[in-house]
Amino acid sequence: MNEVSFVRTEMLEQEAPPASTVGVIGWLRANLFSNALNSVLTIIALFSVFSLLYGFLPWAYSPTWAAASLSECRDILHSLGREGHFSGACWGVVRDRWVQLLFGFYPSEHYWRPVLAFFLTFAALAPVLFAEKTPAKMIWVSVLYPFVMPWLLWGGTVWTPVVALLGFVVGIYVYRTVTAAMGSLFGLIAAVVAAAIWWLFIASSVSSGLAGILELAMEPVSSRQFGGLMLSLTIGIVAIGFSLPLGIVLALGRQSDLLIVKALCVGFIEFIRGVPLITLLFVASTLLNIFMPPGTNFDIIMRVIIMATLFSSAYMAEVIRGGLAALPKGQYEGGDSLGLNYWQAQRLIIMPQALKISIPGIVSNFIGLFKDTTLVSVIGLLDPLGLSTAIRANAEWNGVVWELYGFIALLFFVFCFSMARYSMYLERKLQTGHK
Amino acid sequence: MKKSVFLGALTVAGIAAGGASAGTLDDVVARGTLNCGVTTGLVGFAAPDANGVWDGFDVGICRAVAAAVLGDSQAVEFIPTTGKTRFTALASGEIDMLARNTTWTFSRDVDLKFEFVGVNYYDGQGFMVPAELGVTSAKDLDGATVCIQTGTTTELNLADFFRANGISYEPVPIETNAEAQQQYLAGACDVYTTDASGLAATRATFEDPGAHVVLPEIISKEPLGPLVRHGDNEWGDVVRWTLNALISAEELGVTSANIGEMSMEAGNNPEINRLLGTEGNLGEMLGLSADWAKNAIAAGGNYGELFEGNIGENTPVGLSRGLNAQWTDGGLLYTPPFR
Repeated sequence: MNEVSFVRTEMLEQEAPPASTVGVIGWLRANLFSNALNSVLTIIALFSVFSLLYGFLPWAYSPTWAAASLSECRDILHSLGREGHFSGACWGVVRDRWVQLLFGFYPSEHYWRPVLAFFLTFAALAPVLFAEKTPAKMIWVSVLYPFVMPWLLWGGTVWTPVVALLGFVVGIYVYRTVTAAMGSLFGLIAAVVAAAIWWLFIASSVSSGLAGILELAMEPVSSRQFGGLMLSLTIGIVAIGFSLPLGIVLALGRQSDLLIVKALCVGFIEFIRGVPLITLLFVASTLLNIFMPPGTNFDIIMRVIIMATLFSSAYMAEVIRGGLAALPKGQYEGGDSLGLNYWQAQRLIIMPQALKISIPGIVSNFIGLFKDTTLVSVIGLLDPLGLSTAIRANAEWNGVVWELYGFIALLFFVFCFSMARYSMYLERKLQTGHK
Repeated sequence: MKKSVFLGALTVAGIAAGGASAGTLDDVVARGTLNCGVTTGLVGFAAPDANGVWDGFDVGICRAVAAAVLGDSQAVEFIPTTGKTRFTALASGEIDMLARNTTWTFSRDVDLKFEFVGVNYYDGQGFMVPAELGVTSAKDLDGATVCIQTGTTTELNLADFFRANGISYEPVPIETNAEAQQQYLAGACDVYTTDASGLAATRATFEDPGAHVVLPEIISKEPLGPLVRHGDNEWGDVVRWTLNALISAEELGVTSANIGEMSMEAGNNPEINRLLGTEGNLGEMLGLSADWAKNAIAAGGNYGELFEGNIGENTPVGLSRGLNAQWTDGGLLYTPPFR
């Protein structure tokens, strides 16, 4: 009798998974056509994307890079047999004006100055943004940057930033001296007063005196020559840089037990948040002019930067207050129980956690502020959007719309997207698993 | 906290830097440049080129004034202003004069305390329609959709015109001229209305300008001119007579080509001699050098040359002189004599 085996004695070869669950088809089924509704949505979405690209790509693919005017663009397209209003883009305007869109009316022989300032921004930000990957000494670049950047952009004698920096040295020296004699509160007050006196009454004569001895000046560039993306970046970077510390101070002030400090901070935040940015810009550009004595020439970009900073800092304060509110009370009490004073507890325990929680809000505030800089075109400053009007006012380019806006959108996208990516990187890096 | 103190310090320092101001003419001479308010960009009237050099019909007036006062037509700082900021910029002294296709109206002159020194372009509101509509008169536009810039006098003129003629329209509000072009070409409105010069410039940018007609009706008076602040009559006189000098020069046949020769020595025409400073002391009366008008005319040519070079029939804007011809040719340009 044959031995009948009811159990398989050898293993079967593994079969390939069904074709419908792997590879491209599997992916499609799992992600795009998993049920009837999703299939319909997929088809609608594909159709929309296709019809958008079908309209956009032929328009964007247009050999008009070398054209010197809109009519030349049209001639080129005409000779290719393409007719009609949307037959093709006129990229000549971007070739002709991209430098202007980046630098405005900044003198071309000095373009290296804003470019250098721009790259120095990264050097200055690196110790803050990528603290663990940069040498500790780099922090000095960050400290000096606020004084070097205005000098690079606006030019003039090197002694102005040096003397402004000396104001801080004076303040610190006075603080140390007075603190040793009378205590830290008086020290702080005396330091602020001394620095203010230095900046207001002594600085300008010292700086002109030093300039008289040894000039060391770069050619000054007036604010009116600023324009294009460079203007947006100048306003954006300065306002972002100042609004974060100011926002932290305001958020702490709002939570303070000191009645006057609290009232001032709440009043400021609620007032600024209750007013549109465009109103503040109009105040900066027109009302201030009327209030100030005739002949006063208070730099327009400085006015705009101050307004943008104040505006952004109010929002920043609320974002950070959200972070502070999210911390359990035990964290504050823990700080107290360790015997830390207010500032130590803030610096070592509260702020690192509160800021970490607020990162997405802070960065989206930054992005919003950077995009808001285009509002300055309504007060006659030629940021990229303002320049697009000015460019269209040339007979050669009158009638060009989408190409310019597309290029400007691309410029802004690069910066805003990078900021968003950095914020995601930072969130991952600071992830400590308290989910 | 120190940072905010620093900003505050800068603010106060900025305020403290301001001083008392003398007459505008003295200020301009002391500063060495003329601050001239222009538009942020209007075809033919003011626009920066790729190198940031401003050019245009209004810009020409600024350069002429700079040449008359400072002897250098390049000594101008152009300050772009929007429709909203132009008057405060002038009132606050940020600019010395405004040459920004601004309509001379009673309230601007009297209530806003400005001094219009003359008219450099007589404009008026017109209509543009696609030729295929077959409309020949604005009175045929009953029930039409009209693209109109909001917040301008054109909006009010339009309402008045349609009401006076007992016809109806549907407004399509738009913000800027560029938007209007897109809307009009996309067929969002049947009619586009704005100043006739703007219509001509817009039509010139179309792929097929012949497919659009500008209707003959002009429904408003828009005398555009440069203006200065009230109360500084010496400066107002300088700007006024610089504009007059450009207009007179055309009437008298003085051009940028022959001005060198004509101003060498006194000729037979006493008015030309007085204008160019080879006779009399008109420049001295204005507080300027004797060759002020010569410099102004040499800067960009006389009125006719400025017109032809920027907005005339051979430019893309393609405006005919019309009302802006000399009075001797049936236009409205008529300057008081140089005497």
